[in-house]
Formats: sequence, C-alpha cells, structure tokens
Amino acid sequence: MTPQQASANLPGRIGEPVEFRDEVTVSVERAQIVAACRYLKSDCGFDMLVDLSGVDNYGTDPRFMVVYELCSLANRCHLRLKVSVAEDDLIVDSVTGVWRTADWHEREAFDMFGIRFRNHPNLKRILMWDGYPYHPLRKDFPLAGLPAELPETAVDAGQVQTAAMLGGPFVTAPGTQTSAKREPRQTDTAAERFDKKGAR
Amino acid sequence: MSERVELGFDQKVESRDIVITRVDAAVDWMRKNSVWPLPMGLACCGIELMAVGASRFDIARFGAEVMRFSPRQADLMIVAGTCVYKMAGVVRRVWDQMAQPKYCMAMGACASTGGMYRSYAVVQGVDRFLPVDVYISGCPPRPEAVLEGLMALQNQIQQEAAIKGMKSAARSAPTYGQPRGPIIIRGDYAPKVNP
Repeated sequence: MTPQQASANLPGRIGEPVEFRDEVTVSVERAQIVAACRYLKSDCGFDMLVDLSGVDNYGTDPRFMVVYELCSLANRCHLRLKVSVAEDDLIVDSVTGVWRTADWHEREAFDMFGIRFRNHPNLKRILMWDGYPYHPLRKDFPLAGLPAELPETAVDAGQVQTAAMLGGPFVTAPGTQTSAKREPRQTDTAAERFDKKGAR
Repeated sequence: MSERVELGFDQKVESRDIVITRVDAAVDWMRKNSVWPLPMGLACCGIELMAVGASRFDIARFGAEVMRFSPRQADLMIVAGTCVYKMAGVVRRVWDQMAQPKYCMAMGACASTGGMYRSYAVVQGVDRFLPVDVYISGCPPRPEAVLEGLMALQNQIQQEAAIKGMKSAARSAPTYGQPRGPIIIRGDYAPKVNP
C-alpha cells in the first residue's frame, strides 16, 4: 500500500496529504492520533516507528507539534504524521500501545519540550535529570542554559551555571591574547536577557 | 704507629649502594614515578588517552601505565572529555573516593573550559567542581602534550613536602574550584607524518 492510499481513509485526517520530494505528510487531529496509528499499523503495514519528535513553532498558535515518522518495511515506504498541540493544553495520547519503541521517544519529547503523553507507562525525563526545572529545546530557552540545582546526589558538584556565549556558541576573538581573554567565561548575559523578557 | 680514621667516606656503608637523602625527597621520588592514573574517559579524548598508553607514546616510560578503574587504587584522575552536569556528580563521587595524595588532570578543551560546547548541558570546565592540577589544551591534545603534562606534574610532586604535608591541614582541605597551582600545557605538537 502506498502512503497516498494509506492516508486516504486515515481516521482524524486534516486536509489533504502534502507531498514534497517524494515524502508524504499528513496532519492528524490530536484526539485521533492513536486511532490513526493503529489503523496505519494494522491495516496499512506501517510496522515501524522510525522517529517521534517535538517541534516548537514559537510565536505561532498552536505552538507545539508532534511529528511521527513511520516506515513500512514490507511496502518500502515512509509516511509522516503531524499533530498540533496548543501550549495551554500540552498533552497528546501516547502511542506506546501501538509501537513500544515510542516509549523513549516520547520521554525525550517530554524532557526537551514539556509535551506530556497520556497513558505513557513511564513518563519521566530521559536526558536531563529528575527535578530539572526547564525544557531545553524550547525556543525561548537560551542555549547557554539557566542556573539550576543539580540532582540531590550531585549537589557537591556545584550548580548549573550559564555558559558564556558572547553572541554565539563558537565565538573567539582574534588576536594574540591568552585564551582566557579571547574566550571569556563569565561575561555572558543570556540569563539576564531571558529574565528581562520574562518568559518561562 | 698511626691509626687510619675514616672521615666523610664510610667504606663499609657506601660501598654497599647506600644513598643518604631526605625522607621527603625519597617519598616524592617514589610517588612521582608511580602515578597510577584513573582514566575518566568521558568522550573522544578517552580515545587519545588510549594512544598515550599504547606502544608508540608509552606512558609506561613515566611509571604511569597502570590504569586503575578503581578510585581507591588511583593517584591521578585524568578527566578526558566533555563533562555534562548529569555526569558531574558521578565524577565528583569517584574523585572523593580517591585516597590522598591525589591529582587531577583536565585533558583537552572540554574538560578544561567546556570547549566548543557552550551549552546548557555541559560543565564549563571541570575545575568548577574538582581541583585541577594540570590543564592540557587541544581538541584532542596530542599524546605528547599529555606526557608533557604528566612530566610537569611529576616535577610538582618532586617538590612537595610529603611528610610535612601529611600533617598539615592545608594539604587535605578541599580546594574545589581553586586550582592548587595549575600547570597549563599549550601542547604545540604537530602530528608526525611518516615520509
């Protein structure tokens, strides 16, 4: 079954499938995502979830998006699903019941974007530690990071501190000064700028 | 009737290979030639550290070939690679288990300053939570630079007051965040190309 045929009778489909460079993308209603995935797996042969990720379209509404990249090994084709999620109701049904591999992918999306997944068996952070207060891949989170407490087992190791950026992560002033002067460490104001903007 | 008296040179003692020295100097000499490293290989510098231990560069020439994966048997922690905040507590816990006297080497740009990872996840230099004795530049450093750092550390160990320091509180007091007397190795070594 081709991706076009599969998306024709897809539950919860929004609009027509978009085809770009032989890649088919379908938008799906948030409430119907599990039904759509179950249909695609059982009836259309999409037996593999290649990737599941979050997207932060900061400044647009709805702000977040969850993207599902499916693959059918038998039919040798891919299909991409997109679900929009609003910031004030940041929760999507988990597809761990359809593909078990979604477990860690959804944990990553939760860790990095704060998107919660209903009925997930073990929804906790996977990259950052439990108790970390931010979701680092959100667009309003500065790359340099924000001060935070380390986990209880590591409090002796100090605190999370903002990294020096000087306008970019790879900035080095030219010249023959010492590396400490060329790449200053405590002069960045990314955290201050973040505080002024007041976004959290 | 003259009796010969030995002054200064004692045939009985010195012909039997006995050397007179200070205890400090002897202890330091033994310590500096048996620096057992703990290879805290966190990232790609760990691969270069393996080269330091292999035959071409051969860290055994300096008595430091005994890589110990137990902190209780190690004297020198070589932090080789990028340290993220989640790992920092683990590294610090391993360091705390090492017995005095202990030394720390920050190998490479990441361990020294965070390197190119100016990011929310990476500790901007392990000296934020460890007392670093030797910083080695490079990404990764050449093995010669690591050896130069080790030799510089050996020189520092040789000058320590080993016995006196055992009793002084200053030696055992934690100096986290304040390097003892950091040695910085610039490490201008070019890879050697075979003709």
